[in-house]
Amino acid sequence: MTTPLLSINGLTKTYPGVIANDDVTFDIAEGEVHALLGENGAGKSTLVKAIYGLVRPDTGTMTWRGAAYSPGAPAQARATGVAMVFQHFSLFDAMDVAENVALGMDNPPPIRELAARITDVSQNYGLPLDPSRMVGDLSAGERQRVEIIRCLLQDPQLLIMDEPTSVLTPQEVDILFHTLRKLKSEGKSILYISHKLEEIRALCENATVLRLGKVVGRADPRDESARSLAELMVGQTLHQPSREQVTPGAPLLEVQNLSLPPQSAFGTALKNITMTVREGEVFGIGGVAGNGQDELLAALSGEARSAPGAVSVMGDSIGHMGPTARRALGLLSAPEERLGHAAAPDMSLSENALLTGAWREKLVNRGFVNWRKTRGFAERVIEAFDVRTPGAHVAARALSGGNLQKFVVGREIMQRPRVLVVNQPTWGVDASAAAAIRQALLDLAHNGAAVVVISQDLDELMEVADQFAALNAGALSAPRPVKGLTMDQIGLMLGGAEGDSNAAA
Amino acid sequence: MLRLEKRPSPSQTWNYLTPVVAVILTMIVGGILFAALGKNPFEAIKLIFWDPLFSEQFAAYSRPQLLVKAAPLILIAVGLAIGFRAGIWNIGAEGQYIIGALCAASVALAFYPAGGWYIFPLMIIAGAAGGWAWAMIPAILKTRFNTNEILVSLLLVYVAEKLLAAAATGFLRNPEGAGFPGSRNIFNYAPASNQELIANSGMHWGVVAALISVIFAYVLLQKHILGFHVQLAGQAPRAAKFAGVAPARLVLMCLGLSGALAGLAGMFEVSGPARLITIDFNAGYGFTAIIVAFLGRLHPVGIVLAGLLLALTYIGGELAQFMLNLPASAIQVFQGMLLFFLLALDVLSNYRVRLNTNSSKEAA
Repeated sequence: MTTPLLSINGLTKTYPGVIANDDVTFDIAEGEVHALLGENGAGKSTLVKAIYGLVRPDTGTMTWRGAAYSPGAPAQARATGVAMVFQHFSLFDAMDVAENVALGMDNPPPIRELAARITDVSQNYGLPLDPSRMVGDLSAGERQRVEIIRCLLQDPQLLIMDEPTSVLTPQEVDILFHTLRKLKSEGKSILYISHKLEEIRALCENATVLRLGKVVGRADPRDESARSLAELMVGQTLHQPSREQVTPGAPLLEVQNLSLPPQSAFGTALKNITMTVREGEVFGIGGVAGNGQDELLAALSGEARSAPGAVSVMGDSIGHMGPTARRALGLLSAPEERLGHAAAPDMSLSENALLTGAWREKLVNRGFVNWRKTRGFAERVIEAFDVRTPGAHVAARALSGGNLQKFVVGREIMQRPRVLVVNQPTWGVDASAAAAIRQALLDLAHNGAAVVVISQDLDELMEVADQFAALNAGALSAPRPVKGLTMDQIGLMLGGAEGDSNAAA
Repeated sequence: MLRLEKRPSPSQTWNYLTPVVAVILTMIVGGILFAALGKNPFEAIKLIFWDPLFSEQFAAYSRPQLLVKAAPLILIAVGLAIGFRAGIWNIGAEGQYIIGALCAASVALAFYPAGGWYIFPLMIIAGAAGGWAWAMIPAILKTRFNTNEILVSLLLVYVAEKLLAAAATGFLRNPEGAGFPGSRNIFNYAPASNQELIANSGMHWGVVAALISVIFAYVLLQKHILGFHVQLAGQAPRAAKFAGVAPARLVLMCLGLSGALAGLAGMFEVSGPARLITIDFNAGYGFTAIIVAFLGRLHPVGIVLAGLLLALTYIGGELAQFMLNLPASAIQVFQGMLLFFLLALDVLSNYRVRLNTNSSKEAA
């Protein structure tokens, strides 16, 4: 057997109170696309940070082509031949592509030379990118290309990719996969982290599954079904959200020609958005990040005001109303950003329950807060949505992302909304919690509410939505029934070119 | 190497402990400072913190002064703390304090020498309204033109000082004062006089107002949805907007409230302890109240304690000034150090300090 490129042996890393990695052992061979699977909190990030020199393991060893490898810093990892594309980009909006690339290099060449090399690499690997464009004007997919090219310029032997497709359209995913396969054919190795099992099956030949910091399985993803991989990851039989067919009733939420100017320099303007959501219906809105999702949620929640008639609930014009008045009418919402938007990080869960529940749950009497009732409401949300926390007195920031998300979505659902708008309801949430949230949304619709789900996860939308529309540069496509919609059609809708055959993705 | 590690939740223990540690550190470093000035540091510290309350020689005079000095500090700090909690930084309470005093004095002098029970209440209204109006200038500029309220409110202090000088030498000058700057003695004008309510206690109407404001602020912050929204806006502005808080209304409310309370403090001062409008009427209460607010953890009860402590440094400072010949600015340095240590130590409630066992030097 040949020496593996990178071999990890008994790696353990503990943080106060948690074991992030517990005796993790696996090999990455030369020229292999290796998948690292696991739920949120399974220890994938810690593991790749150890490989990239950002985290120093407590015990355990790594060897690189047979030689001891223990990077003390990312610069050392890069010098060895490890490069990493992070899930969250670290780019500056107000600088162009070449400048951004230069910022991430240890010894950047002059900008003009660098620009030439960027063009070179981008053509070589089929990643179209103009080095002189401003990053603020790029789509999420293009931004990711900036990060990838920054890595490729170092000519790495091992490329680590953390959830690379979460922000891409299906067409962009195809381009990315093409690039990754080309890299593989050149003998480079890729460590691919994702929770999208179909992708892993299409791309990887080896998978290591982590659960609670431990390696719980190894598999060849091509021999497994997505379902069996998921169950390996979660360690239990997965509950598939189920729904009963409901005939949509009267329209509850109507949006008519809603237009709003951008709220900030790199914000998106909403253009002539029109949609109708009926009783019992789940309306799915797809689209790549930064195409107006936050703005649309703000316009519906009441954080951004519009012309009175642009938004109406049960026939009442509410475009001019603020969040409190809209909540009183039964229009509730849950924004994407949990910490700082949907919840105040340093406040307790009780206080965060009061944040949106004050009036609808009658937690306030003539302006005075009934704290006992508020705690009761928070505890009901915690109970009903299985939020793992010692109690309602805990600060929101102490909860894991998935648990806080359950709390935030649960807080709105428990208030019996007539219309609920959620943005990225299961972002960063583990598979079982995501299934629970989706089921709750479906149940809500089944009981006669209108639900709008804004999400970048197309699989999620296909699972829960009845109608699908795509947001592109602030404009919403005409909705189509989800039944019978193909991924290709969706891709074209996301690209803003539905039905237009000569449009490029 | 020392390393800071973020705590999952803010530490309540440190939240309450930091003011105490800050006071102790201030005493130590202050002592070093006094030693550098060639004074006996132990004597100086004793003179500032102990003698005003317990020395037989000084306590009879100093003890009532404690309430006299603490009342305006507490009154102003309570208003500031509500704004600070909302992330609205009124740094110009000193100016609002001056304008409140000027408005109240103008009302009193307009009625002079008539009698009437209604004069004192009218002065209270005028004082509060004056401070409110002065604070409305940064508030409206902020909500309309998005100016920085820190700068505007601070600079308006200097405008207020000019107005004060103009009043003392011009439009409010005592016509029977032989040309000396300064207004008529308002304290000696019975219908406008803010007398001690209990003889030799220092207890005057300003102390009563300070206590009422503390209770009001406590109820507002702990029990009322408005107080919740104030804190929400300070901690997570986006979440506050999501909850339905209108930022502009909050700015107007917080600046207005703190301005009105500072104006009230000015009113009680000019009609009581200060007795009249003079060029140097303002004693820095508006600035010291910022320290009081932070030292009291922006909490009404904490502010009472911090107000009493800072009042003590005023009294003790004066004492040290004439007993030890300490420069007057030494006590300001002392107060400043207190704020400095407090803010520096605050990092401990959100982070824990760890010894770094990790030899890695590079931050990626």
